[in-house]
Amino acid sequence: MAEFTQERLGILNAAYARCIDNDEVEAWPAFFEERCLYVVNTAENHAAGMEAGVIYADTRAMLHDRVSALRDANVYERHRYRHIVGQPFVLGIEDGAASVETPFIVVRIMRDGATEVFASGRYLDRVVEGADGQLRFARRLAICDSRNIDTLLAIPL
Amino acid sequence: MSHSDTREPRTWEPGLTRVPYWLYRDQEIHDAEQRRVFQGPTWNYLCLEAEIAEPGAYRTTFVGDMPVIVARDEDGELQAFENRCAHRGALIALDDGGQTRDFACVYHAWRYDLQGNLRGVAFQQGVNGKGGMPPEFRMEDHHPRKLRTASVAGMVFGSLDEDVPPIEEYLGEEILERIERVLCKPVEVIGRFKQTIPNNWKLYMENVKDSYHASLLHVFFTTFNINRLSQKGGVIVSESGAHHVSYSKVAHQPQASAEYSAEKLRSDMEGYALADPSMLDGCDEFGDGVTLQILSVFPGFVLAQIQNTLAVRQILPDGLDRTVLNWTYLGFQDDTPELRRMRLRQSNLTGPAGFVSMEDGAVGGFVQRGIAASRDQEAVLEMGGGGIETQENRTTEASVRGFWNAYRGYMEI
Repeated sequence: MAEFTQERLGILNAAYARCIDNDEVEAWPAFFEERCLYVVNTAENHAAGMEAGVIYADTRAMLHDRVSALRDANVYERHRYRHIVGQPFVLGIEDGAASVETPFIVVRIMRDGATEVFASGRYLDRVVEGADGQLRFARRLAICDSRNIDTLLAIPL
Repeated sequence: MSHSDTREPRTWEPGLTRVPYWLYRDQEIHDAEQRRVFQGPTWNYLCLEAEIAEPGAYRTTFVGDMPVIVARDEDGELQAFENRCAHRGALIALDDGGQTRDFACVYHAWRYDLQGNLRGVAFQQGVNGKGGMPPEFRMEDHHPRKLRTASVAGMVFGSLDEDVPPIEEYLGEEILERIERVLCKPVEVIGRFKQTIPNNWKLYMENVKDSYHASLLHVFFTTFNINRLSQKGGVIVSESGAHHVSYSKVAHQPQASAEYSAEKLRSDMEGYALADPSMLDGCDEFGDGVTLQILSVFPGFVLAQIQNTLAVRQILPDGLDRTVLNWTYLGFQDDTPELRRMRLRQSNLTGPAGFVSMEDGAVGGFVQRGIAASRDQEAVLEMGGGGIETQENRTTEASVRGFWNAYRGYMEI
């Protein structure tokens, strides 16, 4: 039986944020199960039950495609993020999966040096333990507080 | 030095193949656009009928800078009026929308009905026989500006101008047909997003109308054969050039066209593949093989079908060098779960994080910054000649020139 301690969930989130912020996004899909759901949506849409996301991926392979588009295909200005991730709050544990809500703030650092708050919100997660003993996201909804996206969203939240 | 010598250059030769850069950076132009274009004899997208389906339902929106309430009244009629109290000018409605019997301004509690008529003035008779409005004050003399409304394929448009032509005439038969082709049955809103982009609104509208850039800028379009200029397709330009449709048909086989190979395009990435190609799985839901249709209505409306993603965009200027895009993603009420899932996956192509649209949100800013010191220089729009005619190819800037033809007409410039 998997243990979803505050410490383990905290480490999972810290590793996730570090992976993105240190520009190691090639490792980002590995935080997810093979069959997973990663959606960036707004609080307003989420509350209204609207499913379409700014980003919508329901396989780990689709997350790999996000990374390859980011690296090779899309045109945008270079920038970085800094995630500040709050305390994970366990909402419940059922069928070997933990429902967890975790607040985040993402600061964006643009090429010209501007640093600004880019997004705040909460992760609504379903966390499971894989056969290898690692915690992974079966579902991670990044629910943004604002419904405004400044210019573009290239790097995942 | 005389006064005229110190003024910034502000000339524009007749014609459509040159666009002076000062047009994107000029406060007087911005102000004139509000009056002549957005509040002029044009139709502006307000919302979807589905969003105000029941009597008493309303949404708040904008026509250019102007805040607007659009509501369905007790008789089921569409109403739109300026979101500004006739008393001191405060917003009447603060929410994005909802359900109500009437509207009350929070400042002094003046009350309006769903048609925008003033129905109540707090303490109109004063208190204890003292104060109050003068006896000659008549509520019917005071109300926010009202808009004419019209509905097309479930979309609500509004106009501030009494003499605007009927919307069917304004759009023309070909544009109307292409709207009805997509919005052919009851829709459901599946997501709303706002995107703020760092450039003048006209740069975004030009980009929407520019069928030349699409397969050059967007790797996803070219590499995955979603849109190549060598595919069957064309540009429809309305008579005055105001509105346009560009479209292309599916090409399931990889299209090695000689022109594309010769250009050695960045956007044509051999060997670039998706780990999960199901993202691009789609179906021919309109039965005509058209997999991409971008449609614009002057001044600031876009309806786009990219594969099975359906979205409307409302384009609003927010000062000289900022533009707000209000995206509404749509499905149909009778979508099967499989079709809905296709739409959700393909929505990765569009919006602020879209594999395609991400770049459209960025390039306008590149232009806005590029022209910072070049008010007296001009953009060149000669691709496909100098005309604005409908044609069966998309290697042309005809629809961009069409925009400027309409713009010059409304602006009398």
